[in-house]
Amino acid sequence: MDRDQTAIQGAKDYQRLVQQLTPKPNAALLAARAFVVGGTICLVGQFVFDWFRFRQPTEGEAIAATLACMILFGVVLTALGVYDDLGQLGGMGAAVPITGFANAMTSAAMDFRREGFVLGMAAKMFIIAGPVIVFGILAGTLTGLVAWLAGGR
Amino acid sequence: MIYFWAFVIGGLICALVELIYIHFPRLTPGHLLVGLTVTGAVLNGFGWYDALIKFAGAGALIPVSGFGASITRGVLQETQKLGWEGLFTGTLEFVGLGIAAGVLFATLAALVSVPKG
Repeated sequence: MDRDQTAIQGAKDYQRLVQQLTPKPNAALLAARAFVVGGTICLVGQFVFDWFRFRQPTEGEAIAATLACMILFGVVLTALGVYDDLGQLGGMGAAVPITGFANAMTSAAMDFRREGFVLGMAAKMFIIAGPVIVFGILAGTLTGLVAWLAGGR
Repeated sequence: MIYFWAFVIGGLICALVELIYIHFPRLTPGHLLVGLTVTGAVLNGFGWYDALIKFAGAGALIPVSGFGASITRGVLQETQKLGWEGLFTGTLEFVGLGIAAGVLFATLAALVSVPKG
């Protein structure tokens, strides 16, 4: 009886010790790393954006070209295996920019290629990009509908 | 100066999403990217996101919220030109180039490159 009590007490102490010693994810550090990585990608994007702004007739076309160019960067870095390290370093700082969207497409296409071109590469390519495109189009169309109706027609 | 704000605003958006990710472990990166895209698309219905792009340039454009905002921008522009058809033709006006490029380049990468490990 007494020994059981001691064992239970010991188990509780042990649990408390484990809780104390388990490293908590340092939120401030992770956020700072996301800030630096994400900010740097956006800074590169600004140079690309400026380059296209002087060469495209409208700002919309400059935006389209910039997005495509950053997607190309993301694909190349993923194919070279560099973007995975960037993701390790920056967490969401690497995932949130459009290059992360390209990284999700490319890494899935590369990983699932051995499962076939149709049901492997092509289908899995949109495992992350698909929901983003679907919900982006839904939200964009509905918002556009509201704005168009509110615009007085 | 625009380069400074591109870095700061882009970094802040990423850090904010990172904090949400830490505090809500049930959300996957997929959920967060979808949420951010929808946020950008809805904000641009009021033209607010375009104002942020004017202020911070690529700092607002490059995060996926800028992708969502570009979808709305296309819809707004095309509905003014075409009427209701613009609701459908406008969606991929600006992002279509990126999506098509992504599919093409990702396929090429899968053909030439082998994943590490």
